Amino acid sequence: MQGCRVVSEVSLSREETARLAELARLSLNDEELARIAHDLTEIIDYMEKLAGIDRAHVRPMSHVLDTVNAYRDDCAEPSLSQEEALANAPDRQGQFFRVPRIIDAGEAGEA
Amino acid sequence: MSGNADATLCDMTLHELHDMLLSGQVSSREITSDVLARIDEVEASVGAYVTRDRETALKGADAADEVIARARRDRDTGAIGALVGIPVVLKDNVCTRGMRTTCCSKMLEDFIPTYDAAVTARLREAGAVIVGKGNMDEFAMGSTTQTSVFHVTRNPWDLERVPGGSSGGCAAAVAAGEAVASIGTDTGGSIRQPASFCGVVGLKPTYGRVSRYGVVAFASSLDTVGPITRDVRDCAIMLKAIAGRDGRDSTSAPDAVPDYSSCVERGVQGLRIGIPEQFFGPGMTDGVRTAVERALRALEDAGADIVEVSLPLAEHALAVYYLVATAEASSNMARLDGIRYGYRPEGRGGMDVADLMSASRGQGFGMEVKRRIMLGTFVLSSGNFDAFYGRALRSRRLLAEDVRRALTECDCLVSPTAPTVAFRFDEEPDDPLAMYLQDIYTTLANLAGVPAISVPCGLADGMPVGLQIMGRMFDEATLIRAGRAVELTSGMDAARPKVGGCAK
Repeated sequence: MQGCRVVSEVSLSREETARLAELARLSLNDEELARIAHDLTEIIDYMEKLAGIDRAHVRPMSHVLDTVNAYRDDCAEPSLSQEEALANAPDRQGQFFRVPRIIDAGEAGEA
Repeated sequence: MSGNADATLCDMTLHELHDMLLSGQVSSREITSDVLARIDEVEASVGAYVTRDRETALKGADAADEVIARARRDRDTGAIGALVGIPVVLKDNVCTRGMRTTCCSKMLEDFIPTYDAAVTARLREAGAVIVGKGNMDEFAMGSTTQTSVFHVTRNPWDLERVPGGSSGGCAAAVAAGEAVASIGTDTGGSIRQPASFCGVVGLKPTYGRVSRYGVVAFASSLDTVGPITRDVRDCAIMLKAIAGRDGRDSTSAPDAVPDYSSCVERGVQGLRIGIPEQFFGPGMTDGVRTAVERALRALEDAGADIVEVSLPLAEHALAVYYLVATAEASSNMARLDGIRYGYRPEGRGGMDVADLMSASRGQGFGMEVKRRIMLGTFVLSSGNFDAFYGRALRSRRLLAEDVRRALTECDCLVSPTAPTVAFRFDEEPDDPLAMYLQDIYTTLANLAGVPAISVPCGLADGMPVGLQIMGRMFDEATLIRAGRAVELTSGMDAARPKVGGCAK
């Protein structure tokens, strides 16, 4: 877009990108990290153009409608059976989703 | 119906087919079989679908034929809904009970929903025949349908060109006669831009007009669900079928749903059509400009008043959009951790739960999804939140106020839907930022929440050009009215691509 003046430059280092990936729970290989660091730097520079808008007095708009907290009546309705809820599980054991051990034997012993 | 007449069924509009069903000229089985035959003929080159269910579609058609036969026996054909027996395709982020719903991602490649989305249920109740699921950009993140994990979709007008995206499969299917009508989703232009590229009608309803229940969330404050159809009247019929309050989506609006079909032929006499000067600067190709300006003259000839309006901050819409959309996407995508459903990697010896989630997500998501999750994580992380996300939300309010102010000076706002016609696969920009510019005219409607329609308004380089009309909150009726006027004068309402072998 025309007239885009870069106000300041944010450059994302590889370490910062790796830290973000950890926050986002995304395992990225070296190539992906390098590419995303480069792309994000460019995109964020572009986003910097917003710095030019005077908006200190403006209330943030997180939603376009005026409706607030539309609750339904609190009554029980039929919901998924246990079998249905587990139907798409990548790994299960009996009535449970199966994941790797969360508490190791040592910690469990101390608890 | 017999011989040549049969061959054109799949290219007819929904309302034409409905009239023929009512009069007994044709059965839903014949229509559905014709659509399935067209799929057999062109799907290998178009690639609009990622999942199809022939058997269930034919069963649905037979059930519809029984309903129609019963109503005809009882001389009560008025009771036959407009969608009874009509073959439709749903975008693959709309949950269909028992039918794979993947968002075209490896993450959800085997996901079979245990419930229907609200729109799916509405269409089933209305008697529509669900043929299958349309290809899309992975999790709706893209403008070409090329980020789908499955395959590309080719534009039926020119197989060397993209269909647009993210609802590219649905738009291509409707254009190619592989479905009569369709449901897509639009977060920043994903219904309107592919509709523009494929020469069909696409409507992004007002935020809250259509329930989002059961539609896989991308950016919850921007996501909308709407129709992609052959003409404006079909669009009105589909919108009526899916609009309205749904207790399972707390953001769905209680506002009454008008009879949109009755607005179709109302004309544009006295309608004030606003031309935002910021949307007619450089940025669009000459071919797009010529087609759009011709459509504006035609609207004026039809009795509309053209007025110039200003959207002073419009050039910032794209930046605000990408900040808001990626922030919301990064939190919505957090649910996809591969634990209760989703992709689980092989060879995970020694991994703890966090490693397993990271590996599932790292391997289950494609590059564009990862890029947007990372951008969203960046703008929401401490130290950046106010500078980026907070700034974007404040700017969003100013942009929305701009749009609403402009819409007090006129009844609707007109612009191109996209700056270009569909481009060739080899012309796709490698740079994500250049790609995001495809959304330059469309994101504003999502940020402001207002409805917007794309209607074919002419050809440039032999490819369709879409005209975008934006309206006031909950005033889809005006868009339908104006859209029909464009359709009447553009000569595009009968235009079909050649891929189906029956260009009119």
